[in-house]
Amino acid sequence: MTGTYLTDAVKERFPEDVLGTHAFRGDDTVVIRKEALPAVAAFLKDQLGFDMLMDLTAVDYLPREPRFELVCHLYSTGRNVRLRLKCPVPAGDASVASLTPLWPGAGWFEREAWDMFGLDFKGHPDLRRLLMYESFEGHPLRKDYPIDRHQPRRDDGAGRTDR
Amino acid sequence: MNRAPAKNWDIEDLGEGRLALNMGPSHPAMHGIVRLLVTLEGERVVSADPEIGYLHRGFEKTCENVTWNQCIPYTDRLNYVSPFINNAGFALAVEKLLGVEPPARCQYIRVLMSEISRVTDHLTCIGASAMELGAFTVYFYLINAREAMYRLGDLACGARVTPAYARVGGLANDLPPGFAAEAAAAFKAVRENLADADRLLTRNRIFHDRLRGTGTLTKEDAVAMSVTGPALRAAGMPFDVRKASPYLVYDRFDFDVPVGSNGDNYDRYLVRMEEIRQSLRIAEQALAQLPGGPVNHPSYAVILPPKAETHGCIEALMAHFKLTVDGVKPPAGEVYQAVEGANGELGFYLVSDGTGRPWRVRVRPPSLPLTAALPAMVKGGYIADVVATFGQINMIGGELER
Repeated sequence: MTGTYLTDAVKERFPEDVLGTHAFRGDDTVVIRKEALPAVAAFLKDQLGFDMLMDLTAVDYLPREPRFELVCHLYSTGRNVRLRLKCPVPAGDASVASLTPLWPGAGWFEREAWDMFGLDFKGHPDLRRLLMYESFEGHPLRKDYPIDRHQPRRDDGAGRTDR
Repeated sequence: MNRAPAKNWDIEDLGEGRLALNMGPSHPAMHGIVRLLVTLEGERVVSADPEIGYLHRGFEKTCENVTWNQCIPYTDRLNYVSPFINNAGFALAVEKLLGVEPPARCQYIRVLMSEISRVTDHLTCIGASAMELGAFTVYFYLINAREAMYRLGDLACGARVTPAYARVGGLANDLPPGFAAEAAAAFKAVRENLADADRLLTRNRIFHDRLRGTGTLTKEDAVAMSVTGPALRAAGMPFDVRKASPYLVYDRFDFDVPVGSNGDNYDRYLVRMEEIRQSLRIAEQALAQLPGGPVNHPSYAVILPPKAETHGCIEALMAHFKLTVDGVKPPAGEVYQAVEGANGELGFYLVSDGTGRPWRVRVRPPSLPLTAALPAMVKGGYIADVVATFGQINMIGGELER
């Protein structure tokens, strides 16, 4: 697989950590080991100028292992370049380093990924559910969460944030 | 596993003279439903914590269980004030995944309808936020203008608010005859109403004092917090997806990207006012240059054949059946397609496993980073400025909470 200038630059700097690259439909993509996420992200931000975390989300590839994938879309306002950074996350250890120290904008994106997929972001200052209520059980965007499961909010006040 | 809920304040140790206040979920100035927990010291905001999710309806989960084209009516409900942009963005993302490009006429119509949507969104934002600050008359002027634009959408596809106009590879139907004349009349009405609102608001002492210097976000902070759209441009960063990475046929039009310098509410208001004028410019150019020809992709593997062919030709009948039952089948892969939504970058990240149903549909809602940045914008300001700032970030619950 041939890489682009950008993906090759990341691969050259982190030969051990880059698991693969592709540019399907013109979207430059780098897949890295999740342990290397803070180092690679810091390199991308400080050296290559990706100053904006445009999006951060996850995908559940059940029954594949590693099951989850963290997907970040980075944008450089100075150079007008985009890059997708992905890292596989195994179901047994569904945690990954938080990107909030680098991009404060990651805060709510990571809260949503925790809420929807149950990915634990180590070092996140305030990892609460974002869209669902605190007493909600499970993570709805996981593939094994049934689409027809009803979970009315309990009215015993459990998990309310105001008391 | 459930975590202990974190709080941004504690009733026991609020501090001397401090007050905790709930704004919303049902509050006239909290558009739709959102709850803002604010801690006050006197009239100053010490901290704020937006609590969202009241409008969460599982859009992304639902999309994983329907065909690609069946997702389009759901995208109407993302940003329900500018639904054509969502339609066009989603269709564009699936087309990128498929590797096809719709005909030129379709692309021009999508641009035209997207700009009409952007105008309705900005008109609503300015009208509603002016109303919340007490300028009720302006609201009616602008909603009048919005109604003229809604009628254009109604004319094109038969629905005012939930059009479901785009299809993967084309549109539901071509524009009706006489659309250009109707559009010219509607644009004239918008310009007149906008001029009235401009005279009532822009140099209005009260309006100016409420917006100038409130809700300020610096350029650096806005970039760090992933803020896009009018709020980012008001802070001085000329980032607009239509210029930065042109999609559809935006590179063929002449338009300007207004930029502010202070990053406060007043600059956001001015940026939106100018963007309405620029959107009308683009819409007029698109109408003037509108090419002829079909609106739908010629391949039966992408979009439903015309009804006459379905009824008169076996290949078309088979294609109709396959597309209806199985849906269009993009190759396995992933794409990210961004369009300029009314509030900022609206991104669709799609993952296909090669079947007729999406494996994952992710929407990057422009409202989410804006709402996340709200505490930083209102901190230290007066409680009354929360209303002004909230009006200008134009939170849309439909796309924020999906």
